[in-house]
Amino acid sequence: MTDEWWETFSYQGVIAAAVLYFLAMLAYFLELAGLRSVSKDEELDSRRTAVAGRLGLVLAGFAVVVHLVALVARGLAADPNRVPWGNMYEFTISGTFVVGLIFVVAALRTDVEWLGPLVTTFVVAALMAAFLGLDDAVLPLPDALNSPWLVIHVVSAVISTGAFTIGALLSGLYLVKARSTATTGYLARVPDPKVLDRLSYRMHAFGFPVWTFAVLITGPIWAHQAWGAYWNWDPKEVWAFITWVVYAAYLHARATAGWRGRNAAVLALVGAATLWFNFIGINFFSSSSQHSYAEGARQERSVVLRVAGPVETAQEVGVVVGADHARA
Amino acid sequence: MTDLQQRPSDDRQATALPPDLTVRELGRWTWRQLTSMRTALVLLLLLALAAIPGSVIPQEDIDSLAVSQWRDDHPRLAPIWDRLDLFSVYGSVWFSAIYLLLMVSLVGCIIPRLLVYARALRARPPRAPRHLSRLPESASYTTGDAPEAVLGRAADVLRGRRFRVEPDDGAVAAERGYLREAGNLVFHLAVIVVLVGVAAGSLFGYKGGVIMLNGEDYGFSNNLTQYDDFAPGALFDPDVMEPFSFSITDFQVDWLTEGQRAGMAREFVAELAYETEPGGGTKSYDLKVNHPLTIGGTDVFLIGHGYAPVITVRDGEGEVTKSGPVVFLPTNAQTFESFGVVKAPFARPEQIGLEGTFYPTFAMGEDAEGNLSMPGSIWGDALDPLISMSVWTGDLGVDDGSASSVYVLDKAGATQVTEADGRPFRLDLRPGETAKLPDGLGTVTFDGLERWNKIQISRSPGKLVALAGVVLALLGLLGSLFVRPRRMWVRARRQDDGTTLVEVARLDRSSGGDPEDGAAELAAVVAALQGADDDTTTSNEKEQP
Ligand code: HEM
Repeated sequence: MTDEWWETFSYQGVIAAAVLYFLAMLAYFLELAGLRSVSKDEELDSRRTAVAGRLGLVLAGFAVVVHLVALVARGLAADPNRVPWGNMYEFTISGTFVVGLIFVVAALRTDVEWLGPLVTTFVVAALMAAFLGLDDAVLPLPDALNSPWLVIHVVSAVISTGAFTIGALLSGLYLVKARSTATTGYLARVPDPKVLDRLSYRMHAFGFPVWTFAVLITGPIWAHQAWGAYWNWDPKEVWAFITWVVYAAYLHARATAGWRGRNAAVLALVGAATLWFNFIGINFFSSSSQHSYAEGARQERSVVLRVAGPVETAQEVGVVVGADHARA
Repeated sequence: MTDLQQRPSDDRQATALPPDLTVRELGRWTWRQLTSMRTALVLLLLLALAAIPGSVIPQEDIDSLAVSQWRDDHPRLAPIWDRLDLFSVYGSVWFSAIYLLLMVSLVGCIIPRLLVYARALRARPPRAPRHLSRLPESASYTTGDAPEAVLGRAADVLRGRRFRVEPDDGAVAAERGYLREAGNLVFHLAVIVVLVGVAAGSLFGYKGGVIMLNGEDYGFSNNLTQYDDFAPGALFDPDVMEPFSFSITDFQVDWLTEGQRAGMAREFVAELAYETEPGGGTKSYDLKVNHPLTIGGTDVFLIGHGYAPVITVRDGEGEVTKSGPVVFLPTNAQTFESFGVVKAPFARPEQIGLEGTFYPTFAMGEDAEGNLSMPGSIWGDALDPLISMSVWTGDLGVDDGSASSVYVLDKAGATQVTEADGRPFRLDLRPGETAKLPDGLGTVTFDGLERWNKIQISRSPGKLVALAGVVLALLGLLGSLFVRPRRMWVRARRQDDGTTLVEVARLDRSSGGDPEDGAAELAAVVAALQGADDDTTTSNEKEQP
C-alpha cells in the first residue's frame, strides 16, 4: 500500500470518525430532549430516551476506534513512517483522540455519560476546524523535528491537553450547575457541583504533572539539542509557561479559603484558554516563534526582512538549519 | 472538628491589619501577608500576566532585528516601551520583582512548613475524637468480643494496611499518607533549585555564534576574538572557556528530489575535526541538528548553512585586490537565494563595491504578463549557480576606521556604475566566468563555490542542576497530588448488656479525596475487624457532607 493510499485512507478515517462523533452527539441531544421534563430521581419512562443515551456511548466508542485507525494510517502515510503529530492538523486529530478516549474509558468505568453531549460537541467542532482550517499535507519531518523527543514531548503535550480540556468542560459545567436550580432535564442529571469540582480536580491533577513533564523537562531537553539553548522565551514557550503557572494557581486556589469552588473553576477555564491559545492563536500573532507552523511564504518574508536592513554581525543569519518548516 | 482537618500544608490565611501597630507587629503582619497562600496565588497570576507582553512585543535578546524594525515603525511608542523595559521583558525589573517576591514568599512559606512537617513526622497519630460517629465517614457494630481483643485486632489490621498505629485509651488511632506533605515540600524546594540552576546559567554562561567556511583551511579556536557574536552572562569569566578548536572538513545536505516537499533539505551533517585542547589529538564528529557536540561544559551546535561564492576582483591596474570566498546570507529558506556584498577598498584607481544576489539554481520566472523577467532560484541545491551583482565605486566608507558590517555596502559616498546608456550596470556570472567592469575599473571573476555553516557555541553551567530540579519537582508533585493522607480511629467500649460497641471512623485529608474510595477503605477495615465469625452487625455509614 502506498503512502498516498494511507493518506487518503487516513482522511477518510477522520471523516468517518467525525461523522460517528456527530451521530453520537445527535443521540445525546435526543436523550437531552427526552429528559427535558424528567426530574433527576425519576425513572426514565421512555425507553427511547434511555436507548438514545446508550446509543450515544456506543457511537462514541466506535468513533474513538475509527479515530485511532485514522491516526495510525496518518503515521503510515509519511515517508519515513512517523508519529502522527508533525503539524497543527495532526496535533488536533491526536488531541481530540485523547479527549474522546478519556471520555469513553471513563464512561465505561463510572457514570459520566452526562459529559457525552459536551465532549462529542467539542470533538466534532475541533475536528471540523482541523479539517477546514488546519489541513496540511503529510510531509516528512524537517530535521529539527526528527528526534525521539518529538514522540515523548508531543505525546505528553497531547495527553495533558486532552486531560485539561475535559477538566475545563467539567469546570464550566460546575459553574453552570452551581447557579442552576433546575429540577428537571440535563442540568438536574449532572452530578452535584461538589462532584464536578472533584472530577475536574482529578483531571487537572492528572494533567498537571504530564504537562510539567512535557513543557519543563522534555521541551527544554529537546530545545537544547535542536536550538542550542534549553529555554529561549520563544512565544510558544512563554505561553506553555503561562499555562503551567495558571494551572499551578488553580491548584493553589483549591487549597485557599475564599478561592475554592467558583474562583478555582474560573482559573481552570483561564488555563484552558491559554492552552488552546498557545496551540492555535499564537501561530497567528507571532512570527518569531521557532515553533512556527507558518507556511513558507511568511518565513520568506521574515527572512528577507532580516537581511534587508543594516545588520550587525550578531543578527544576520536568518536561516536556521532545518527550521524552514513546521515544528511541533 | 476543624482542628482535626488542620494539616501542616493548610492555608496560612491573610489576616486583617490589627488596629494598634508597633513596628514589629507591622513587620510580622507584612510577612504573614507575603507568605499567605492568597499572596502566592496572586503572585502566580501576576507572573502569568507579566509573561504575556514578551510573547507579543519583539524581544531584544531573541530577535533584535525585529526590535529595530518595530522601533522604526513606532517612533513614538518606542521610547515609552524602552522606559518600561518591554523589549526585554524577561530581564526587566518588574518581571524579576514578581518572581523574586514569589521566591521570598515561597521560602517564607516553606520553612515553617518544613518545621511543622519535621514535628509531624515524629508525632503520633492524634487521639480519637470523642464522638467518632459524628465524623463524615464512620461505622459501628456490636460484637461479643472483649474490647481489648477488638482493639488488638484493629491495630493489626491497620498496621497491615500500612498505617502508623498508636494505641489510645480504649481506642486505636492510625494515620498514613505522610508522603503527601513531603512531596509538596520537595516540589516547592525544587522550584528554588530550578531557579538557582537557571540563574547560574544566565549569570556565568555565554552563547556565541560564528560563521565558519567549510574546509580544513578554516579553523576556529575557542576564544573571544573568534566569535562573530557573543552574549556573555553578567558574571561571565573568559577563563572558563575551554581551549578547543575545530574545522569543518565536509558538509552534506540531503536535498529531497521528489515528493510533495521536493526541494526541501534534510539531514544536514557537518563533519567536524576537533581538538579538545591544543596538541590534544584530532578527533572527528558528525555535527547534526539534534546532535550537538559536547566538549567539557560547552556545547557546539549546527544551526545554519549557506553559500560563499569565491570571487576575485582585479582593479584597473590589473592587480588582484580581493580574492576568496564571500559569505552570502540566505534570504529565502527554501531556495537559498542569498544576498552578499564584496568590498575592494584597495582597488585603484577607485574603490570597488559589489552588491547582489546569489542563486544556487538559477531560473527566470514569469511576471504577471508572462514575460520571462523575474530571476530567481528554484532549488536550494547548487545545480546551476549564478551571481548577479550591481557595482559601486567611490568611497565605500571603510577608510575612516569606524566599524562597518561586512554584509552591508555603505553607499553614502559611492556612485553606482552604469552602462553607456545610463542603465545600472549588472554582472551575471556563472562559475569560471569573468566580467569586465565599465570605465576600465577592472574585472570580476566568479571562481567557484564554497559553503559555510553557522555554528553556535554555548556554555550554560547549572543546566543539570535545573534539570535535576524539575525532575525532583515532578516527583514531589506526584507525591503531593496522588498520595492520600488520612486518619482512622477504632474505639471499642463495653456496653451495659455485656456486648462491645465498636466504632470506626475515617478522615480524608487530601484535597481530591474520593468518597467511594474512602467508603471502600472504611468498609474493608470494618470487615477485617469483624472477621467471618461475627453476625450481630449494625453498620451505618454516612455520606460525606
Ligand atoms: C513558584 C511558586 C509556586 C509554585 C509554582 C507552586 C506550585 C504549587 C503546586 C503545583 C501545588 C499543587 C500540589 C498540591 O496540591 O499539593 C502547590 C501546592 C501548595 N502550595 Fe505552592 N507553589 C508556589 C509557591 C507557593 C507559595 C509561595 C506558597 C506559600 C504561601 C505555597 C504553598 C502551597 C501549599 C500550602 C500547597 C498545598 C495545597 C494543598 O494542600 O492542596 N506555594 N503549589
